[in-house]
Amino acid sequence: MSLAAPALRDPAWLPRLFWLSAGLVVLWPLLVLTEFRPAVLWAPENREPTLNFLAAFVPPAHGSEFLWLVARETWRTVAIATAGIALALLIAIPAALVTTRMLSISALAGRMAALPFVVRQLLRWLLIVLRSVPELIWALVFVRVVGLGATAGVLAIALTYGGMLGKVYGEILESGEGQVTVALLRNGAGRLQAFFYGLLPQNAAELTSYTVYRWECAIRSSVVLGFVGAGGLGQLMDGSMKMFAGGEVATMLLVFIALVALADRVSAWLRLQLG
Amino acid sequence: MTRPDPQPCRPPRAAANQPYRLPPPLFDARCLGCWFMLGLALLVGLSFWSLDLQWASFLSARALADMGRFLGEFLPPERSPPFLDKLLWASAETLAMSALGTLIAAVLGIALALPASRSHRDAAAVARAPTRLLLNALRSVPELVWAALLLISAGLGPFAGTLALALHTTGVLGRLFAEAVENAPPGPGAALRSHGVGGLRVFLYATLPQILPQVVAYTLYRWENNIRAAAVLGVVGAGGLGQMLAFHMGLFHMQKTASILIAMFALVAIVDGLSYLVRRRLAD
Repeated sequence: MSLAAPALRDPAWLPRLFWLSAGLVVLWPLLVLTEFRPAVLWAPENREPTLNFLAAFVPPAHGSEFLWLVARETWRTVAIATAGIALALLIAIPAALVTTRMLSISALAGRMAALPFVVRQLLRWLLIVLRSVPELIWALVFVRVVGLGATAGVLAIALTYGGMLGKVYGEILESGEGQVTVALLRNGAGRLQAFFYGLLPQNAAELTSYTVYRWECAIRSSVVLGFVGAGGLGQLMDGSMKMFAGGEVATMLLVFIALVALADRVSAWLRLQLG
Repeated sequence: MTRPDPQPCRPPRAAANQPYRLPPPLFDARCLGCWFMLGLALLVGLSFWSLDLQWASFLSARALADMGRFLGEFLPPERSPPFLDKLLWASAETLAMSALGTLIAAVLGIALALPASRSHRDAAAVARAPTRLLLNALRSVPELVWAALLLISAGLGPFAGTLALALHTTGVLGRLFAEAVENAPPGPGAALRSHGVGGLRVFLYATLPQILPQVVAYTLYRWENNIRAAAVLGVVGAGGLGQMLAFHMGLFHMQKTASILIAMFALVAIVDGLSYLVRRRLAD
């Protein structure tokens, strides 16, 4: 009879309990290191300003002068992202063309020759360096050197995204089937010809959709760069936040969410069109 | 031996590219791609035109000399032991911020993914649209903006940074988890439900085990991203390496700044290298 009765208790409760408590032990130092004290949020000296700030969110600021300012700064944010990506392409496209091993003539014979290999590897490392310095750090340095303004933001996006796009373009070009390109190169086509007639048509859709995705990311970055003084919506938001102008912050957050949603839509539509 | 042609006198097939035809005109009013390229060119042109870019002040000899002097001040990076101790501590803080932020986000993400998904075909899922809206809002505000907002209620320090990472990542993970829940095979859940098992236990014994591999993979991937984000998050005052960087850079302690930059770079490089190794292991 006891055989027929199903076990009502979870058969794996002991291991579950063990791993749960082991996790809690690991969690403890994390809580200490990050000064994780949720009670701080409700301490009177923080509660008052927070509630005041949040109360000021409704209604969002909607004076025509302020809306005009927000519209202009929103355009600047998009423009910084677009100009940055355009310059990044100037870095990324030549770099991808040089680094991809698909277009290596000496590799056709089996092994790539020493010099082309070294050149490719050095350029690849340069791209990795460009990519691994966050754009915010580039922007901080440029703002220090040339002062506040959009130039620092555009350059920061151009450098980081140039490294990122160059590396990924190279990987995309290498990931596809290489027969067409190799056939063209073997029959005496130049590298650019082999690229335009072999590699590019094969990979155009993937390259475009990755670029669009990065453009979307760049819009987000360009807002963040505003916080260190590179202009655009971020700088405006930083100013309003420092003055505790809740209504203005609310308007800008709404605009920002709408902007990101719009970029999302555009890139989804483009990817659909590319198939 | 050649095979006989099945149709000995068929008309010659059209060439793949008809050589006698002119290429299509570059611009055609019906060609969506052409309009799109035109719009794109316009967007890029307008962007450059409307921004007051000061290339002159960047590329002039004086600016280059300034840049050189500025970089010269970085050398040599600060190496005194007490400072290195502080640096190590800040790096640990950055790692802890990213880990805890990601953990909170994973828990909140699962909690929000359930109302944000249609768990079975006949579910009413009334909360689906509003929860998705919330997740999108959380996701589209970057970590740094969240951190700047949270400084008001959490004060300076790593706590604000942790919460900021958690909020943004909740949006990202919640959406991914919701998709995982909706894509999970419905069989096990349906079997339990038809036996009258309640919602919570259906989740624990049918849905969760099915989506767990995806949950773990997405969470680890976001953790990797968050380490990178946490390193710079502090620039607005939210703890970790970034806060140190903003502090010393503001005071023009260039040699200390150089050390902090090197530490950030090393942290990111280590994370990149580890994730590359792990991914290669998993791929093999």
